[in-house]
Amino acid sequence: MASSCRRPEHTAPPEVVSLTAFSRMIEIQTQMSERAVELLSLPEGQACFLLDVGCGSGLSGDYLTEEGHYWVGVDISSAMLDVALDREVEGDLLLGDMGQGMPFRPGTFDGCISISALQWLCNADKRSHSPPKRLYTFFSTLYSSLARGSRAVFQLYPENSEQLELITSQAMRAGFSGGMVVDYPNSTKAKKDGLKTLISSSLSLRRCRFNNMKGKSVKKGRDWIMEKKDRRRRQGKNVRPDTKYTGRQRRPHF
Amino acid sequence: MKLLTHNMLTSHVKGVTKGYPLLIKATEVKVNEVDFNPKFVCRMIPKLEWSALVQAADQLGHREDLPGELVPDYEKNEDFLRKVHRVLLEVEVIEGCLQCPESGREFPISRGIPNMLLNEDEA
Repeated sequence: MASSCRRPEHTAPPEVVSLTAFSRMIEIQTQMSERAVELLSLPEGQACFLLDVGCGSGLSGDYLTEEGHYWVGVDISSAMLDVALDREVEGDLLLGDMGQGMPFRPGTFDGCISISALQWLCNADKRSHSPPKRLYTFFSTLYSSLARGSRAVFQLYPENSEQLELITSQAMRAGFSGGMVVDYPNSTKAKKDGLKTLISSSLSLRRCRFNNMKGKSVKKGRDWIMEKKDRRRRQGKNVRPDTKYTGRQRRPHF
Repeated sequence: MKLLTHNMLTSHVKGVTKGYPLLIKATEVKVNEVDFNPKFVCRMIPKLEWSALVQAADQLGHREDLPGELVPDYEKNEDFLRKVHRVLLEVEVIEGCLQCPESGREFPISRGIPNMLLNEDEA
């Protein structure tokens, strides 16, 4: 694929590639952050404590500051963080690898945004890296560091549908619910060179309390019983036939 | 690194269960003026681990007269909120390191940025 060689994550590991080198990136980044904050749907007129994953030189953070929020930025590239320091961003910065998990206490943040960072996790830059495992570590630690009912919005350029599938399945496994918003879904140019146009999908995920998102039914429900009976039938075990009484509640006894 | 961030940070080294609070060994501390936002400080107070905050402020020598226990109705006590604001958002650690209380692993801080990267065998 001709376009794939232009993706920065193919040329070098994240700590090396500097996206600020592209001047147009600044404009795009700001637009992206605006969109991401809009999707976060924070309570109006309230200063929130937010997390910016893959903050880079703090362009998205600038927008958060403008909106009156306080933020903490995490990035893996110390060179990018140095740029952020030189630009005197307001937020606090941390050098960290999202694939190693987010080192925060539970319930810390009112929301999380991440602009063009998630797709880096799908790459294995070292032999010990396993993308699904790193994604799961990231999502599960992020999930616990978010306050109840808060959202995480990821803007990303997925390379193909398998990559997107991998990301969403790991997010669901970690307990997130929610979906994907594709801005300008019909633009093929956008898909072809995502970097040059302001288009991409944002994954907006909501922290939800119910943990039955793993493809299994709620325990003790009729569906669960049917599934279990099916499973045991497949194992060749002796199972009572399914009737209208299966999984029904018994009449109340005094 | 602001003390607000420190209050939220935990150690994520493999095998560590709590990893909180991280000990601060600072060699350079700076005080930066930040606009006072009483509403934000009020909202953050319930999220804070108060004892960890007092301990951290003590370690940096910026505790001043911050009470060891949380004041009951702090919403109306502007004097108290200003003190908390100062410790949370204005005092910054520039150089030094953070130490995990369980594993003893040290995370260096340089130019105000804590390095939370783990080695391969710690992740």
